[in-house]
Amino acid sequence: MSDRAASLDETDRRIINALQGGFPVSEHPFAEAAAPLGISEDELIRRVDHLVSAGVLSRFGPLYNAERLGGAVTLAAISVPEAEFERVAALVNARPEVAHNYAREHRLNMWFVVAADRPERIAEVLALIEAETGFPVLDMPKMQEFFIGLRIAA
Amino acid sequence: MIALQVDRDSIDDVDRRIIVATQKGLPLVPRPYHAIAEALGLSPDDVMSRMKRLAESGVIRRIGCIPNHYALGIRANAMSVWDVPDEKVGELGRRIGALDFVTHCYQRPRHLPLWPYNLFAMVHGRDRAEVEREVDIIAAELGSSCRARDILYSTRILKKTGLRLAE
Repeated sequence: MSDRAASLDETDRRIINALQGGFPVSEHPFAEAAAPLGISEDELIRRVDHLVSAGVLSRFGPLYNAERLGGAVTLAAISVPEAEFERVAALVNARPEVAHNYAREHRLNMWFVVAADRPERIAEVLALIEAETGFPVLDMPKMQEFFIGLRIAA
Repeated sequence: MIALQVDRDSIDDVDRRIIVATQKGLPLVPRPYHAIAEALGLSPDDVMSRMKRLAESGVIRRIGCIPNHYALGIRANAMSVWDVPDEKVGELGRRIGALDFVTHCYQRPRHLPLWPYNLFAMVHGRDRAEVEREVDIIAAELGSSCRARDILYSTRILKKTGLRLAE
């Protein structure tokens, strides 16, 4: 159990669970969002501020959809022999279009997200990574998306 | 192959300035949209109507808390992957995406023979035992539609910069 999760009280947990979406766009959004939680506008602002500074929240605000900004995103995977793993990771990470890269336990052991400002650039970046690393890159763009969210025990 | 609905024409420079000003979070003040408007030299009504439009068109997925999973004690991060019939993937994806421990759920292409899986569900738990219980719940939900499955645990974050519009 994380120290930071353990320090959350019941109101913090209700805020995190209730406010992962639906924060209003209005003149007094914190007041509107606070009312159903049974707390004041001031208290909601203070608690969200604390959750952000404590690192429990990465941030509070809009989550933008990169594809809809006119760009494109894909998930890609490579199977890398252990002896070459660090060399390949350095090459992949050096590309500014690579936003995330994770090592995973599988024959396909390196999984990374590529984001570009135009769709054609994705194929170019994957081809560059194949050329630089010498390993085939599997392109796994999202075809359909089903709900995104996180719930913590209240 | 990316099913893109490119909307770059519908985002103008003012939208772009609003996105850049808010992508790291809203000001935590009683009237956050007014604060953004003031910082950008726009009217509050203009900022709010543009943000509503961005939310309706899907450029903004949602507005609110963006949790840091690691800080919430969620340390086991696994990608569960499933081979289900393509004709059922929409219905099954919606059911799996509705489970409270599934944070992301997508259909992605297979790469046969190496990669037979077409449904991805990101599962988070405090430890691997919890993740395995969650994966069993998904398996039960999929029933006989599940033809093959695997769990890929992440062992290391090699890079994490997030997606950002250039400022």
